[in-house]
Amino acid sequence: MSILVIGEHNNKELKSSTLNSITAASVINDDIHVVVIGNNCEEMANRVATTDKVKKVLLLEDSKYENPIAEKISPVITSLAKDYSHIVSPATTFGKNIMPRVAASLDLSQVSDVIKIENEDTFVRPVYAGNALATVQSTDDKKIITIRPTSFDPAATEGGQATVEKISFDGDESKVEFIGREESKSERPELGTARIVVSGGRGVQSAENFKMIYEVADKLNAAVGASRAAVDAGYVGNDYQVGQTGKVVVPDLYIAIGISGAIQHLAGMKESKVIVAINKDEEAPIFNVADYGLQADLFEALPQLSSELDKIDK
Amino acid sequence: MKILVTVKRVIDYNVQIRVKSDGSGVETENVKMSMNPPDENAVEEALRIKETGKADEVIVISVGGEKSQETIRTALAMGADRGILIKADSNLEPLAVAKVLQKIIEKENPKMVLLGKQAIDDDCNQTGQMLSALLGWEQGAFVSKIEVDGNSVSITREIDEGLEMLKLSLPVIVTCDLRLNEPRYASLPNIMKAKKKPIDLLNVEDLGVDTSPRIKQIKVEEPPKREKGIMVKDVAELVQKLKHEAKVI
Ligand SMILES: Cc1cc2nc3c(=O)[nH]c(=O)nc-3n(C[C@H](O)[C@H](O)[C@H](O)COP(=O)(O)OP(=O)(O)OC[C@H]3O[C@@H](n4cnc5c(N)ncnc54)[C@H](O)[C@@H]3O)c2cc1C
Ligand SMILES: Nc1ncnc2c1ncn2[C@@H]1O[C@H](COP(=O)(O)O)[C@@H](O)[C@H]1O
Repeated sequence: MSILVIGEHNNKELKSSTLNSITAASVINDDIHVVVIGNNCEEMANRVATTDKVKKVLLLEDSKYENPIAEKISPVITSLAKDYSHIVSPATTFGKNIMPRVAASLDLSQVSDVIKIENEDTFVRPVYAGNALATVQSTDDKKIITIRPTSFDPAATEGGQATVEKISFDGDESKVEFIGREESKSERPELGTARIVVSGGRGVQSAENFKMIYEVADKLNAAVGASRAAVDAGYVGNDYQVGQTGKVVVPDLYIAIGISGAIQHLAGMKESKVIVAINKDEEAPIFNVADYGLQADLFEALPQLSSELDKIDK
Repeated sequence: MKILVTVKRVIDYNVQIRVKSDGSGVETENVKMSMNPPDENAVEEALRIKETGKADEVIVISVGGEKSQETIRTALAMGADRGILIKADSNLEPLAVAKVLQKIIEKENPKMVLLGKQAIDDDCNQTGQMLSALLGWEQGAFVSKIEVDGNSVSITREIDEGLEMLKLSLPVIVTCDLRLNEPRYASLPNIMKAKKKPIDLLNVEDLGVDTSPRIKQIKVEEPPKREKGIMVKDVAELVQKLKHEAKVI
């Protein structure tokens, strides 16, 4: 049987997390379909069709799907389920919102946040903020899984020759009213996929001081992240948060500045290839996971870092 | 309006987890247990809604072992009115918990159910959304702001891109983020009062729902340990190491 991957997108671009999910699905089987539910998104669906390994794109367009409302999207997925052995979605807030509804509607358990696929029914997933890894086997006849995007490479956006099939759906009307979104706009790379991430914590002390973090980040073409304490204190928006209840990042380089290294923060970054910590407290737990630790006052270290980076660029 | 709040008893978030050497799970003997953190926010929010006069009863419910009564007691000490413990010995999967909750909801008829967005033990992030689908109620997931106005509930949700605002109609399911509010501490008099508040005990077997496991746990392992690195003496050395040793900049 085929595998259905749920396409996460904004009607213009497919989110890269879907490409990671396609790679994950391909571990099980190469007969992959992607469903795109949105509004005025045919052009994007045509591009999805060229993704490596994708055999078919199912396209459902309607103004009511302009925004991904869980109550509107999940019944569509549920209606498609009978033809698939696995339904796969990224474990982003998009997938987390929708997939458990699909699972419950089909009387299936869901395996969340899969980081490794052993075979068609056995998966590895982190529990306890990544302090333990559980290998679990689903005994349901259909598997509903969400994929941790950073654990799988993105599928190539070329090489596929899928057909695009328009589908229709007339199910229940949900009355949930979409009011709006506040998305922070930034020219910087996306936090989830950036090669370098520079994160600030409570030690940075204010939104104003975060400018020092941005400056270093921009010199490295890096994304900016933050600890929960920094977000809670209002230094940056919630979409910057790295950790158990924020985003998981696995960059080549993660620089933690004024972050103590609570387990909930480590849950979101400890798989990074190289970790740097700058903290004035030599006992800070972040140093236990850092490849390079610098015990320093960040207010002295950041301007120095900024000027050292100017030097190497020349 | 009645509000139902779910509370799960989990290993305290400050405890360093130890994986059992036989791979069967995580050490829970003699380990500090607490209320799942976002469930505290759910209790707090329910109490605040009640305090504005928009709700008249806050019921807390937990599914788990006998000791989950302590977690319910904590919520009662914060100010909830009464508790329900559904006794179940194993760690039920979110689907099973959602089915159990559905049964209780059909009996109690709350207009709003508040859950945590995620249990910090299984990290599933499923139960509220499943419950919403089972009941056919509207859902607000990962919520950091709630405003109740008559029959409509305006919520702000935390999403990867930032924030999303939705307007829902009662009855609703809301899963709470830690940023929703600052949970109160129980005062001593309230802890005393809580001892007299009623907790109903039910057995999961008596509810007539299928809670059989669908997911088999094969093994639980410790994640690979990271080698502790080196301390550098200054920023110049750091940049040199990143450039020439790690080769990441
Ligand atoms: C259920 C739950 C989920 C959570 N989820 C997350 C999550 O997803 N992400 C997350 O990050 N947290 C999360 N937390 C919170 C987490 O437990 C910590 O409270 C938080 O990570 C602390 O942030 P911090 O390191 O910035 O602040 P602190 O712990 O206060 O550390 C600040 C650090 O800055 C250093 N410092 C201060 N001034 C300077 C200076 N001038 N120069 C250099 N260093 C300085 C200090 O030495 C200290 O180490 C969660 C908590 C719970 C209970
Ligand atoms: N056994 C349980 N008893 C009470 N509430 C639960 C239980 N399991 C899950 N919940 C609720 O559902 C939320 C999400 O849990 P989960 O889907 O397991 O991440 C938790 O924050 C709790 O509010």
